Amino acid sequence: MAYIKGISYYLPERVVTNDELLLEFPEWSVEKVATKVGVKSRHLAAVDETAGDMAEKAARKLFEEYNIDPKSIDFLMLCTQSPDYFLPSTACILQNRLGIPTSAGAFDYNLGCSGCVYGLVMAKGLIESGIAKNVLVLTAETYQKYLHPSDKSNRSIFGDGAAACLISTDGIAEIGNFSLGTDGSGADHLIVRTGASRCKQATGDVFEDMDGHLRFDDYLYMNGSAIFNFTLDAVPEMIKDILAKNKLESGDIDYFVFHQANKFMLNTIRKVCMLPKDKFYINLEETGNTVSSTVMIALKDCFDKNVIHPGMKVMITGFGVGLSWGGTILTF
Amino acid sequence: MELNEFVANLAEQFDDTDASVITKDCHFRELEEYSSLVGMSIIAMAKTQYGKSISGADIRSCTTVEDLFNLVSNK
Repeated sequence: MAYIKGISYYLPERVVTNDELLLEFPEWSVEKVATKVGVKSRHLAAVDETAGDMAEKAARKLFEEYNIDPKSIDFLMLCTQSPDYFLPSTACILQNRLGIPTSAGAFDYNLGCSGCVYGLVMAKGLIESGIAKNVLVLTAETYQKYLHPSDKSNRSIFGDGAAACLISTDGIAEIGNFSLGTDGSGADHLIVRTGASRCKQATGDVFEDMDGHLRFDDYLYMNGSAIFNFTLDAVPEMIKDILAKNKLESGDIDYFVFHQANKFMLNTIRKVCMLPKDKFYINLEETGNTVSSTVMIALKDCFDKNVIHPGMKVMITGFGVGLSWGGTILTF
Repeated sequence: MELNEFVANLAEQFDDTDASVITKDCHFRELEEYSSLVGMSIIAMAKTQYGKSISGADIRSCTTVEDLFNLVSNK
């Protein structure tokens, strides 16, 4: 069996409030947007601060808070879509920077909002197969650096941040069975088109999408309505599958911690799935959507505030870019 | 699906626009309050109340509330 042993997170120093965004977009009804998407401020990585730097800080916090010796870690993985380099893996660099033994395995994996769950998938597999005993899963993202300055919607929703989680043979929460899914036909709905191998050079092209939003080739593009519809199709089915795979019913779940995409989407999912409001976590007011780190940040905050405590069964899910989704049950 | 009920449900998606303004002939996308966020609310309404998936492009193809009603009905 595999367990979460500890979670910590790091948010970069710079905070951008809605008032600051309003200065740039004076015509924008920022309060209305803030009420709907649920974000009042978000953190931004510094110009010279990478996902790797933030992941390192999150890991160091984890080591300190839980008195973990980095020498005890025998596997390290980093979930990011903003790696420090094309190669090598940022996880390899972090092995050295964090003082993790050279006998440890390390790699990056490229996922977004489902990334936390997939980290748990791989860590559980490594532990249950006897390949590793202490797996450090790091999630770190600097989406804000991918956003066009005029993209006020995404600039208001996303925030930068990193989380660190140790998965081990014992700990505070047993990791249950998973429901996973992928639909690459929706790859175009959330994408940065240029800069990698398919189209290395920036094009400077701008199009108006079917929703009337501008799509910049060289920046992050999200087709909001397509992602929204995907979520409303995929998540209810995933919830049923998680329950079936763990031989549970909805009433057995004490708390639901879903990827904190935005408040409006979470509320809609909650209503569609008829989940109780008092057991459904929504809090991205001061962080925004930190992509792969939202679930870890939420779990840490809930655990620290005793919202989640020993004896509880918690359903976690992640869903987004790929398109990719996954979820499981954590038994605290 | 019933048109009057649909019109009433659609009016609920607007916070500041008086419900009396939302009629079957109303050019809803020209209303001052209309924005992409209201569009998202309409997509959510179609999904949660009528079990239908509509896109942003679908909404943009509609001029009146009745056009939208017909779109959702025929999905």
